Amino acid sequence: MAPLISPSMGILKLALTFKLFFMITKGIWTYRSFILGSVKREFQSKYRNSLLGGIWTVLNPLAMILVYTVVFAQVMRTKLPGMDATFSYSIYLCAGTFAWGLFAEITNRTQNVFIDNANLLKKLTFPRLCLPVIIVLNAGVNFFIVFSLFTMFLVISGNFPGWPYLAIFPLLAILILFAIGLGVLLGVLNVFFRDVGQFFGIFLQFWFWLTPIVYPANIIPEKIRSLMWVNPMLPLVEGFQVIFVQGQWPNWSSLWFVTLLAILFCALALRLFRKNSADMVDEL
Amino acid sequence: MGKIVVKGLGKAYKNYPSRWSRLWDWIIPWGPDRFTLKWVLQDINFSVTPGEALGIIGINGAGKSTLLKMIVGTVSPTTGFVEIGGRVAALLELGIGFHSDFTGRQNAFMAGQLLGMSVPEISQLMPEIEAFAEIGDYIDQPVRVYSSGMQMRLAFSVATARRPDVLIVDEALSVGDAYFQHKSFNRIREFRKLGTTLLIVSHDKSAIQAVCDKAILLNSGKLQMEGKPEDVMDFYNAMLADRENASIKQEHDEGSGLVQTVSGSGEVTISKIALCGADGKDLEVVRVGQKVSLKISATCHMPVNELVVGYLIKDRLGNNIFGTNTYYTNHILESLKPNEIFQFSFDFDANLGPGSYSISVALHERDNHIGKNYEWKDRALIFNVINIGHDEFIGVNWLPPTVKKLI
Repeated sequence: MAPLISPSMGILKLALTFKLFFMITKGIWTYRSFILGSVKREFQSKYRNSLLGGIWTVLNPLAMILVYTVVFAQVMRTKLPGMDATFSYSIYLCAGTFAWGLFAEITNRTQNVFIDNANLLKKLTFPRLCLPVIIVLNAGVNFFIVFSLFTMFLVISGNFPGWPYLAIFPLLAILILFAIGLGVLLGVLNVFFRDVGQFFGIFLQFWFWLTPIVYPANIIPEKIRSLMWVNPMLPLVEGFQVIFVQGQWPNWSSLWFVTLLAILFCALALRLFRKNSADMVDEL
Repeated sequence: MGKIVVKGLGKAYKNYPSRWSRLWDWIIPWGPDRFTLKWVLQDINFSVTPGEALGIIGINGAGKSTLLKMIVGTVSPTTGFVEIGGRVAALLELGIGFHSDFTGRQNAFMAGQLLGMSVPEISQLMPEIEAFAEIGDYIDQPVRVYSSGMQMRLAFSVATARRPDVLIVDEALSVGDAYFQHKSFNRIREFRKLGTTLLIVSHDKSAIQAVCDKAILLNSGKLQMEGKPEDVMDFYNAMLADRENASIKQEHDEGSGLVQTVSGSGEVTISKIALCGADGKDLEVVRVGQKVSLKISATCHMPVNELVVGYLIKDRLGNNIFGTNTYYTNHILESLKPNEIFQFSFDFDANLGPGSYSISVALHERDNHIGKNYEWKDRALIFNVINIGHDEFIGVNWLPPTVKKLI
């Protein structure tokens, strides 16, 4: 008799997956107070012993935007090919770096999250997936501050893209999903093989420069351009750039690959995490 | 609620010969195991009923902390399972997750949140936490200026702000001053009265005996013994002295229901112990304040360089009342030959309160039995003290006062 996978088995599996998802969400929800508290504390601890305190959270990104706009637009007069507007390159640069920055912050911190919190994991029982959630929220707040300033700059300089601005929300959702999936995947691996963390640090640098963030996409040689689809960050970064530079809606159809990859990474990360969470504490 | 069942519990760590073999194990998960298992705990079975207090005893590395971590749930077992009901509070390491730049109050909130409490809940408990910790204005100072004792006070106060169904304590209470130790023990006792199950790891004999109903002894990852705290503690003491080729024997006396522990390497053995009155006759009942003499005879079987004879009087609960040895009294015997017999007599006034007492006797080298222990006999002799002819009093000591009415 050949083994059969009956449809009811498939439904059962799906139901179990949903139950698992529900349980994880519930666990995290019970610890929402801890999560929100941690996010708040991380902000406080950063500027705790400074005189200006919270003002630095705004001053830092403000300085970055200023450098990008003043230096590139006014001093160096960098122009995007085919775009005449003064700020086009600055906006291009900001849109790309901010999107990339969010991705890099989440992945970079998540891949070390279990190692950094070894003490907590060894001594206390709490839903461990709270830790990546804290990171996402933290990075989200950072991003929100930077992006609000950026948006203000766009409005003031008359470059606000209008309705296409709304497209950043689905883009952000995909980006965060992708980042967290990849981050947790690396985070679990990193506990057992510390080389993973070192390697990814280097890899991320190459990845950044291989993605058209600082330079326009059309300077890439024709031969390589056909290979660019393998870079899942490309459509996301491009999406941001299209919204803010051209004021147009992003090319939705280019996003299916990264969305699929994000879901795959998340599923894989969850599987890997569940399979190894017992051994993980032994290894820390 | 508060019930703990531990069944077939075991923990093994994977030991890979090199980092690469772990990688191969991940890449090719099938095939032979590339690791060896290092067992730190094996086949642990016991259960604790709600409201009971269990003491866990064992030398360093016996697996006590691993056992606690598995019961708490941070470490997952390799074999077996732990069933635990109700809300668990663990004082595995106090002050974990304290951030030195934040104030005590902020840290209290953070610690509470880590225990799954919400901000309003903690705010409600805060006055009580502050009152119990008794660190005054320091509560609003950053934790980095705290002394370790103060950190411990705050951490304990937060961890026990709500009464848990199960409280797990791991030697954490040894920090802090005597005052706070008393206070925290009182809180633990109060919890017990209200039905909290207690699990406590300690090397402190009196702590175990004072609060526990039951004790287990772990020895190199196995459950060596389970029983009454005094018996387990006696066995543990004997085990400490053991180490080399010594034997430990526990004899169960059906009549008194007591367990006698005998241990030692046996070069010298005790042949007779007696408690005599002034007339030289054996006593079973001693009057308060009576002159008595404890006579200990021993036989030497093998050459021994140095011999010290010691005795320890314990009360019914196993608390130490008085103990000394010939090392302290400067009667050390040297260069004993086989077949030599000797006898010591210790004369003293039995200034003890009414009740039942036991005398443990030990033959060893130097000032304690940890180094070389020839023979150690727990509860070698039991006697009762009764009060005849003195005013009534309570306690284990007879300290008769001279009373004067001044005003």
